[in-house]
Amino acid sequence: MGPCVALVGNPNVGKSTVFNALTGLHQHTGNWAGKTVDVAKGVFTWQGETVEVVDLPGTYSLQTSSPEEDIALDYLLHGQARGVVVVCDATCLERNLILALQVLEVTGSVLVCVNLMDEAARLGVHVNLDALEQHLQVPVVGISAGTGAGMEGLKESIVALARGELQGQARPPLPPMERVHIAQAYAQQAVAATPTPQARRQEKWNKWLTSRGTAIPLMLVLLAVVMWLTVAGANLPSSLLSQAFDGLGGLLERWTQGWPPSLRAFFLDGVYGVTAWVVSVMLPPMAIFFPLFTLLEDLGYLPRVAFVLDHAFQKARACGKQALTMCMSLGCTACGVTGCRIIDSPRERLAAMLTASMVPCNGKFPTLLALITLFLVGEGGSLVGAAALLGVLLLGVAATLGCTRLLTATVLRGTPSAFVLELPPFRRPRVGQVVVRSLLDRTVFVLARAVVIAAPAGGVIWLLANLTVADQTLLSYITGFMEPLGRFMGLDGVILTAFVLGWPANEIVMPVMLMAYLAQGSLVDFDQLTGVQSLLEAQGWTMTTAVCTLLFALFHWPCSTTCLTIYRESKSIQWTLVAVAVPTLLGMGLCILVNGVSHLLIL
Amino acid sequence: MNRSWNLAELEEGESGYVMSVSTHPALKHRLEDLGLIPGTRVTCMARSPAGDPCAYLIRGALIALRQADAREIVLRPAHERGA
Repeated sequence: MGPCVALVGNPNVGKSTVFNALTGLHQHTGNWAGKTVDVAKGVFTWQGETVEVVDLPGTYSLQTSSPEEDIALDYLLHGQARGVVVVCDATCLERNLILALQVLEVTGSVLVCVNLMDEAARLGVHVNLDALEQHLQVPVVGISAGTGAGMEGLKESIVALARGELQGQARPPLPPMERVHIAQAYAQQAVAATPTPQARRQEKWNKWLTSRGTAIPLMLVLLAVVMWLTVAGANLPSSLLSQAFDGLGGLLERWTQGWPPSLRAFFLDGVYGVTAWVVSVMLPPMAIFFPLFTLLEDLGYLPRVAFVLDHAFQKARACGKQALTMCMSLGCTACGVTGCRIIDSPRERLAAMLTASMVPCNGKFPTLLALITLFLVGEGGSLVGAAALLGVLLLGVAATLGCTRLLTATVLRGTPSAFVLELPPFRRPRVGQVVVRSLLDRTVFVLARAVVIAAPAGGVIWLLANLTVADQTLLSYITGFMEPLGRFMGLDGVILTAFVLGWPANEIVMPVMLMAYLAQGSLVDFDQLTGVQSLLEAQGWTMTTAVCTLLFALFHWPCSTTCLTIYRESKSIQWTLVAVAVPTLLGMGLCILVNGVSHLLIL
Repeated sequence: MNRSWNLAELEEGESGYVMSVSTHPALKHRLEDLGLIPGTRVTCMARSPAGDPCAYLIRGALIALRQADAREIVLRPAHERGA
């Protein structure tokens, strides 16, 4: 490995995009401050020389106040970096120069990289790089990492920096105010701005997306559109995939003809069946939802959501940035939990972590959707399905706020901390790149989970359903044990067992449930939803069962990955247990309530 | 009137110059990092649906602050306030 340089910069100046453009790696990027919370490393080779690049989390300052900023300073002081590349945002150079000046007080081996030159030009901001270079007395390179413009020049300069050819003098330390004034003076002499129609359009959109009257309706419409595209778009690929799996299943059946019957059943009905279900039912909605969501993220919409919702979080004595982590949780709860690092106050960060699993993650969508379609809205079409899914989602948001308030009134009492949130300029999402990238990422992710979790789970559940002790299957012992509690909650033993066995991944709850029912005798083709419906009804499902299952699917213990992540982030078994207990108790309580009320109404 | 006023009193679209920042130290540092020091021009750009937080243009960046914090940021007396 060659010498190492570190990328430093304000949050959301496109450091990760620069990093990706340099190294060809695929660090996740998004248009909001705090997207990168970990250190990423990569290498690039330019004309035979290899340089290691370290992408540090964004920081406003080297005098730190949040954990991810500590990482940056730590690395600068104690890392092995031969030099520092300060990445600046051309659209907001003045503010960025404050950090650049601070870095220059620590080391003279600095290269200033002004990113987003194309965005700046669109907004009518012109940066005079030569003037800047003269003022700072270190090399300045202008690039647009999104399009790749200027990357060759940047690589050349970084190689020079890594070779130690750009060693300058560190500046004498200044009091903070002085530094701001110098940044202001430099920026005034190097930046010329004449607002373009584009800039005015940005302002107008910003107003619509954040103001009273339009912000919340627009947010709901956007969410509904995303849901609708997910629901409507998933149908066709889902049925195609399921047909393909049927075909493959037929082939496998022929190939395994000589196998012992029980091994064959274990493999085909257990391992293959569950894997096929998970992939065909789970993959399409995820593969549609994620790219859409990433587009909103790239555009810069998510911080606006946090801005709009902050008042509610303020009421819950928490941080508005929790709205950002909720958005992350929508994709994957574990990601949401890691994302909580953007919240500065430890108290508010914990509140966000403990309630992260109340927003339904992607793995729960298909289960929720299937229940909604089967029992609540009937074949109302994708529009009704999307509306119902949106309703479920809003229920999750309400529960998050409610439980956050409950936590901040009890175990997490304290004063609300300050809230400083940057609303970045809207950036044109790189549609093609985003869609392809997140589609591939998701597909690989789901397939990997299918192999690692769904396939073994399918095997285990088959064994449980087929190994007998004293003429009873192991599964029936478990479901029998769960039955009383399940019934009390408006579910049954099988449903509760499926949730327990589904701990490794929410995706497998539904297939495990269906397999457990199938193992109890009735055989239907459960590739079709109607088949599933008749199976469930034959097992005594009523509207109450469906509603309770839906509620429990929404609110129960976080999956194993999330639990591990919460433990890693909080470093506390107690808090992890609280994170398990809060949604579980809420879900159980709601189920018992619904079950009780429906019994009262029927009797 | 020569009365000083604070950031929370800025109407949407209105600007003012910071006179002093008397928030708690952690926020004061963060605001310094963002370039919000005495003398800085601040414009209120957007108000959230609930009226709190508001988004302020500070040195080219749009920053959301809660009103409780904005009240601690005193602006220079503006004779021509609203003009």
